[in-house]
Amino acid sequence: MIRSEILREIAPILRDHLVVCNIGLPSQELHMIDDQPTNFYMLGTMGLSSSIGLGLALAQDKTVISIDGDGSVLTNLGTLPTIANNVADNYILMIIDNGSYGSTGDQPTYAGKKTKLEAVAAACGCENVVTCQDVDTGEVLQAAIDSKKMTVIVVKCDSGNIKLPVITMDPVVIKDRFMKAVGA
Amino acid sequence: MNIDKKITDDLVANGVSFVTTVPCKQLAGVIDEIEARDEIFHIPSNKEDEGMGLCAGAWMGGKRPAIIMQNTAIGVTINTLATLIQYYRMPLPMLISYRGELREPVACQVEMAVHTKALLAQMNIPTYHFHKQSDVDELDMILKYTFMCNKPVAILTDANFWGGYGDQ
Repeated sequence: MIRSEILREIAPILRDHLVVCNIGLPSQELHMIDDQPTNFYMLGTMGLSSSIGLGLALAQDKTVISIDGDGSVLTNLGTLPTIANNVADNYILMIIDNGSYGSTGDQPTYAGKKTKLEAVAAACGCENVVTCQDVDTGEVLQAAIDSKKMTVIVVKCDSGNIKLPVITMDPVVIKDRFMKAVGA
Repeated sequence: MNIDKKITDDLVANGVSFVTTVPCKQLAGVIDEIEARDEIFHIPSNKEDEGMGLCAGAWMGGKRPAIIMQNTAIGVTINTLATLIQYYRMPLPMLISYRGELREPVACQVEMAVHTKALLAQMNIPTYHFHKQSDVDELDMILKYTFMCNKPVAILTDANFWGGYGDQ
């Protein structure tokens, strides 16, 4: 499965939770598949989905799912020790690991070569790290939500993209709508 | 006057309850004070752009955030300031150790100091420079201003403000 197929499959689970979605195609795909006020779309700032999600989880009680990519986590690798040492049990970091920089033309990442992000996360001190195959994402994500334990999920999947439009919603509108959903 | 306590008191009085820090020698005292306060959740960052991401999330989660960092971080965070904090219009007080100014003992620090105000001006970031201890009296107003206008605001604090480095 490719990332957009995974997002389509887990959309019914994501809908009930706060989602911080990674820059580029992941946000465009989620926006097209199931736009919700509880989705925060990143329009820029590669690498910070996990940080924004952690800050949000630490600030309030609702479950937060950061959808990240292997390339973006590599960009902000310092995020994993921060996550490990500031446990928020309402926080799930879901890394869609397709071994490539999807939004920029599927150039290979080091995660698709020797580097194992699940091992990096564990070495950083993350206590609940789950690696799964694309087809099992929904089941694993739901189990992580139900566990009420901070979890890092690394989803192994194929690289590949679908054609779709950019998000034209104004960033302040995205934020305002999201903050109202957070406070609701 | 204990500047570290005064700064922390002003943060608390303005409802700032989520503070991320990347350390600097000049900031050691205020970081200790923040860590010690029950009213503030202190989360050290590994890099300042990561810290701004944490602050953005905390803001959307209903907390008033602040970041404490060195001016070298301006070089790290330009993209995050433009595409996250400013683009989504979020408030962010940035208490910045202004290295490379008067009484600086480390020459390399001057290399970023000469760019600091120019970069902040280029970014249209309201910028205040604390040079004397009494300048801290404005911090309360600066914090109110930041959360009024929903912008990142820089407070540069130089070595003279912190009392210098002593004999080097």
